[in-house]
Amino acid sequence: MTTDVILKIAISGVLTGLIYGLMALGLSVIFGVVRVVNFAHGEMMTIAMYLVIVAFNALGLDPLIMLVPISAVLFALGYLMQRAIINPFINRPEHSQFMLLVAVALVIVNALLLIFGPDSQGVTTSYSFDSFDVGGIIIDAGKVYAAIAALIVAVLLFAFFRLTLTGKAIRACADNYNGALVVGLNVKRLYALTFGIGAACVGAAGTMLMIVTDVTPAIGPAYTLLAFVIVITGGLGSMPGAIIGGVLIGLTEALGGFFFTPSAKSMFSFAILVLILLFRPQGIMGRKAA
Amino acid sequence: MKLLFDGVSGRALILLALFFAVLAAAPLFVNDYLLVVLITILYFAYAGQCWNIMMGFAGQLSLGHALYIGLGAYVTAALYVKFGVSPWIGLVPAMIIAGAVGAVIGFLAFRFGVSGVYFAILTIAFAEFARIGFDHFSWVGGAAGYFLPVANYTQNDLLNLRGSQRMFYYIVFAMTVIAFIICHLLLRSRAGYYWLAIRESPEAAEALGINVFRYKMYAVVLSAAMTSLGGVIFAFFYNNLFPEQVFHISRSIEIILGPIIGGIGTLFGPIVGAFLLTGLAEGLREVMLRLGIDLPGVKQVFYGLCLLGVVMFLPEGVWPSLKKKLGLDRGNEGS
Repeated sequence: MTTDVILKIAISGVLTGLIYGLMALGLSVIFGVVRVVNFAHGEMMTIAMYLVIVAFNALGLDPLIMLVPISAVLFALGYLMQRAIINPFINRPEHSQFMLLVAVALVIVNALLLIFGPDSQGVTTSYSFDSFDVGGIIIDAGKVYAAIAALIVAVLLFAFFRLTLTGKAIRACADNYNGALVVGLNVKRLYALTFGIGAACVGAAGTMLMIVTDVTPAIGPAYTLLAFVIVITGGLGSMPGAIIGGVLIGLTEALGGFFFTPSAKSMFSFAILVLILLFRPQGIMGRKAA
Repeated sequence: MKLLFDGVSGRALILLALFFAVLAAAPLFVNDYLLVVLITILYFAYAGQCWNIMMGFAGQLSLGHALYIGLGAYVTAALYVKFGVSPWIGLVPAMIIAGAVGAVIGFLAFRFGVSGVYFAILTIAFAEFARIGFDHFSWVGGAAGYFLPVANYTQNDLLNLRGSQRMFYYIVFAMTVIAFIICHLLLRSRAGYYWLAIRESPEAAEALGINVFRYKMYAVVLSAAMTSLGGVIFAFFYNNLFPEQVFHISRSIEIILGPIIGGIGTLFGPIVGAFLLTGLAEGLREVMLRLGIDLPGVKQVFYGLCLLGVVMFLPEGVWPSLKKKLGLDRGNEGS
């Protein structure tokens, strides 16, 4: 009985972790290429989450259907943000970029608060109360759908960076900025594209997360932090690392919440962060001299 | 004294003395409400000055200074409530604990060359860790909050920090002045020059034989210990402590907005920034009150937009350009 419960919780944690991983992937891609740390990452995700709420309440659209449109909206938002306000900061000191995005985050959180109010909101889909019974272990259907969708988006992203010409050009920018300029790549456009892709990742992750959880305007910073913890745990600049880190953190939080108290669950991810920094500062998948 | 005033122009001295005199005399002229605003301003000026030691001098971005505020607040409050220990004695263990925590964070980070943004994340992580920890720490109230006894005091009990707002004003004022002097002297000390070298280029500093690790540690420990004193004021002025408020990341960001708006690494930046931001916030509150708008978030959105504007168009902060306007821009680098 108890092993079944623990297994159920572990599986649920892994599934949520896959969505976390997709969110962190967005952060990792942006940092890996543009070298700007997106401190408004979680806040951008809450925008996507509220778009789900609006679409669901006004038109009754299921989050799974909204996956592509919301990712597209976030892509546009990310693209424009990079073009309009982040681009002038590319060569400014780190703390300056950081403050810029803190300000953006502050505006997003409070604009959402202004529009939607402070209360927690969620959606109830037709499959919210469905579940699968796998050998006696009950798994929420919504979590399974959301995790599969997140995984598909992540795989598509890998394929994009490996197989398409644009993806390769973006990786070239990440590897060697000056080299990319010399061979005639439009770095500014590619940066904006990358920021858009990273934003689309959080858009997709936020949409899927709405199947699993509720949203409040104030939750943004916590997700930003979670994304950072995952990226550092998984290894900077490693795309598989972000997913693995996400699963690890999802699992830890689920088990930590079960064995101790749910409100203390994020303490365990911080503990993992400290352990990683102590024993493997380059992260699980990171290269030594990264 | 000679070290203190060496190289400061006469004009700057006069302006400084005038500023000091206005602040010292302010409680005699302002009403209770304005006095609270002034206390808030000076509290932020003090905390910002402490943060500036780490970021402005040594170049280490901390986004978790709420941790030290919270530690200072909880340690002195608990000692006072549980054991009747005067906050003047309680601040010693508070500073030691905050400094030790700062040392642990610094040790973890600097040993592996975790710097820049990743260091900032680590500092947030520790503050969040403390926030959740104190939420479950029932000895000091947990999430339900921790309260200091409040009564109507007919006379100021300076020993136990129980008394009028005027008393608090002068204490925070003194702290701000002392922090200012300490930072001024630090900038002219060996450590100050080392910090600036580390800030500008850690590699070059290392190559010149500066023990980068050690001096970064000094900056963190000193900044942490000094910041915890701000927490003492926080606890004894507001008389209630909630982990969700004291350790929250927005507290940390509040602290650093002043120095960033005012000018990172300058001595007057944190003070100017605190005046501007708190003035702006209070002005905004007043305007919204007059217009009858009572929506949560409006103020913060505007606040965020102002911050965005300053970061975009005044990357050096307000003070460097203000300094030029006041004609103080000669030879007194950094002040």
